[in-house]
Amino acid sequence: MNWKRSLIGILAAAPVIALLAYGFTRDPREIPTPLPGRPAPVFALEVFAPGQDSLARIPGDTVRLEDLKGNVVVLNFWASWCVACRDEHEALSAVARAYAGRPAKFLGVLYRDNTAPAERWIEQMGGQSYPSVQDARSRTAIDYGLYGVPETFIINPQGAVAYKHIGPITEDVLRFWIDSLMPRTVAGDTARSE
Amino acid sequence: MRLRVLGTVAAAIAVASGVAAQQATPPGALPDSVLEARTSAVAATLRCPVCQGESIQDSPAELAQEMRSVVKDMLREGRTPDEIRAYFVGRYGEWILLEPAMTGLNVLLYAFPIVVVLVGGVVVFMLVRRWSRPAPPTADAPLHTDLPPT
Repeated sequence: MNWKRSLIGILAAAPVIALLAYGFTRDPREIPTPLPGRPAPVFALEVFAPGQDSLARIPGDTVRLEDLKGNVVVLNFWASWCVACRDEHEALSAVARAYAGRPAKFLGVLYRDNTAPAERWIEQMGGQSYPSVQDARSRTAIDYGLYGVPETFIINPQGAVAYKHIGPITEDVLRFWIDSLMPRTVAGDTARSE
Repeated sequence: MRLRVLGTVAAAIAVASGVAAQQATPPGALPDSVLEARTSAVAATLRCPVCQGESIQDSPAELAQEMRSVVKDMLREGRTPDEIRAYFVGRYGEWILLEPAMTGLNVLLYAFPIVVVLVGGVVVFMLVRRWSRPAPPTADAPLHTDLPPT
């Protein structure tokens, strides 16, 4: 009789313990994103920080996602108050410069910040090679399911989100995604020219 | 007489406020109070992405407030609460819903407490029935051990 009771107790407790054990393997801060594989939300945002040299855009210009079709687009959400954004700034600027003239476009999107401190921040960081745009009322941020900065979205030449990176992005990750998404002939040229 | 005057004044105020309300809202648009109530109802079902288990209705976080204003704008455009929730699910995943949709594996989530209550009820019923049943007399124990001596 006792062994029967023990068996029932074990059978009842096993699924609960298994569920708790599974819960421990999950990161509670990780928010799954449904965007990769889907068309990137469109945007039309105004440039406030021009960028440098051949990557520069005139402040006040509107950047539209549809105008960037055919390019790998690196969309980086950042803010001057974001400490982690300092860690990735150099990598983003360097890779954007390295891919200048090729079908890869970088765009910074200011998140919950004013342009004046953002411009000061860019100056303090030694400049930003690619342009940054402002996102009034965080509409684009919400469209991209943002919940913090930095977050980077890599959009393929067909206009679909290929990858979402949460936290500071590295040069290796950027190069991997750009190279794998760029049209093969252009990617081949890139590899030969390096 | 006084009552009639008061009634006339009240009717005049009601008509005037009705006219004012018609002037304030374009034809086909929701009155502000209705829009606000519908916004609150939808916002209460959506999770704030930067908070701990709070809805965008309850959270004072700036992102939550921006999301609330997106809800309001969409309602103003004539989109239904389900369409608005679908928009947020498309951006943030089902995680954004404070109450998961009753589909797929989520059904287990809703069914589990009901199953537990039902099983518990059956167990309690059986135990109570067993306890309330009179114990059968045992062969070796006398029925009356404390009878006074005759």
